Amino acid sequence: MANRSQIQARAAMMRVRFEAAGAQVVDPPLLQPADTLLDLYGEDIRARAYVTSDALRGEQMLRPDFTLPVVQMHMSEGAEPARYTYSGEVFRRQEHDPDRSNEYIQVGYEVFDRNDPAWADAEVFSLFALQLRGLPLRAATGDIGILTAAVQGLRTTDRRKDALMRHLWRPRRFRTLLDRFAGRKPGPEGRDALLEAKDPLAIDVPMIGKRRASEIEARIEALREDRDTPPISDYELVGLETLLNVRETMPFALEQLRDVAVDLPQITPALDRLEARVASLQARGVDVERLDFEAAYGRTSMEYYDGFVFGFYAEGRPDLPPIATGGRYDALTRQLGNGAEIPAVGGVLRPDLMLEVEEDAQ
Amino acid sequence: MSLKLGVPSKGRLMEKTFSWFEKRGITLSRSGSDREYAGKVEGIEGVSLILLSAGEIPRELAAGRIHLGVTGIDLVHEKLPRWEQQVEEISKLGFGKADLIIATPACWVDVDTLDDLDAAAAAYRKTHGHRLRIATKYHRLVREFLTDAGVADYTLVDSQGATEGTVMNETAEAIADITSSGETLRANHLKILTDGLVLQSQATLWRSRVAKYGAVEKSVLTELLDRLG
Repeated sequence: MANRSQIQARAAMMRVRFEAAGAQVVDPPLLQPADTLLDLYGEDIRARAYVTSDALRGEQMLRPDFTLPVVQMHMSEGAEPARYTYSGEVFRRQEHDPDRSNEYIQVGYEVFDRNDPAWADAEVFSLFALQLRGLPLRAATGDIGILTAAVQGLRTTDRRKDALMRHLWRPRRFRTLLDRFAGRKPGPEGRDALLEAKDPLAIDVPMIGKRRASEIEARIEALREDRDTPPISDYELVGLETLLNVRETMPFALEQLRDVAVDLPQITPALDRLEARVASLQARGVDVERLDFEAAYGRTSMEYYDGFVFGFYAEGRPDLPPIATGGRYDALTRQLGNGAEIPAVGGVLRPDLMLEVEEDAQ
Repeated sequence: MSLKLGVPSKGRLMEKTFSWFEKRGITLSRSGSDREYAGKVEGIEGVSLILLSAGEIPRELAAGRIHLGVTGIDLVHEKLPRWEQQVEEISKLGFGKADLIIATPACWVDVDTLDDLDAAAAAYRKTHGHRLRIATKYHRLVREFLTDAGVADYTLVDSQGATEGTVMNETAEAIADITSSGETLRANHLKILTDGLVLQSQATLWRSRVAKYGAVEKSVLTELLDRLG
């Protein structure tokens, strides 16, 4: 096992390489206000982050990642374009697997640049590939933006699309919603009677709680609207399913997705972006002919990414978490930018795992 | 050296545990005054009784400070991550039955399922600017249950007692709590979601996998388990 100073030495070396690529070093605080993190991730973050508090600042979290503070910093004071690098501890609460570290070092690189997103994607990926050169790793890539475009272009109500978008990162709930909107799954018992009732709130229980009668009425109205909306068509469903199952090397994946675009023409601009990315990767010397692309990749674990996503995994060590991950998070900059936004892409590496994989290889 | 048995220190849970052991020929009792938390064991040699709050028994089992303990399934699952590796279930005792459930106001006629709760939570957050609050003391169990069901836009608020009242007081919009008959829920104008059963609990006898078992404890344990059948 590598010791702490070896891990830190490796982290420092990688950070220097990122500096050489043009990044400015940043060092966000270890304690982060809990509000922002809760707002972004919801209650789930409590299972993953250590929470502490004081009377003055309220709840704080031991930084579970760097991306959020780096985005906040850039959005409030950063000049454009900007490249940042950092290295330091992150903390993850572990409730299930004692073999997973609850504290480890991440080295990261983040690019905020409006100029050529495809080129920025390729820049980050190829710099990461360079840092990881020689290790027996498998790279996986995907693109959340294609699925997003597919959902947003469905021929159905905005309400349905919003519901699907909200659960894009929860495949099971997404599936349930899709089944319901396709008319494949009946509503709960008594639902029809409720929707047909003249005055659904004529009941003999008192109105209690902060959710008011008007909100209940509004939801019933929404349910009525949904009942009267035709189901999502079979060809769109088949298109979505085919899309989610695409798992190929990059050029073949693009070809298959172009076929899907016959049924789901709304994904064409996203596919053009993918094509531009493939070209940029190639121009930066990445062997795209052998690079895997999975349309569903990054859907369960990478919730703020909304475009290109990637990860590097140790071959023969399925027990290890990914050695490096990253992706594009334009929407996050919008969410934290108070009206401003900027295309952004970046990722993190785990020097501790790199050293472990190197030891295995020797 | 002796085999340490932890039992809830007061109330019906203690009495019922005592009578469960009594039926199997083992008499447990509090020694001395009612205020003293020391116990006496008759009918078997080598067992010592330790009276503890039911809520502390999972932790004591996991720390190996007691070999056996009686407490609810809900408390073991909530307080011990990977509980299977720390304790073994010996026997369900057939009392202290209660369900951990998710309940909403009965007036929410549009909410019957977790699916509805999720949709209501999304709209609620938009209207009120904060997440729909669910009051509970079972944070881990409830969070895992709701994550698994894919419910979003909620937040758990801590409530260590009188949880059913939080909705009326507008400190929470829904609750996750233990109920046995459902009467308190009805009295507080709440209803259980049809798929809102998180866990079925009852008083259970657990064995610590962590505690040290010397030759004496091993033989006493074998005899005891034999008697409890």
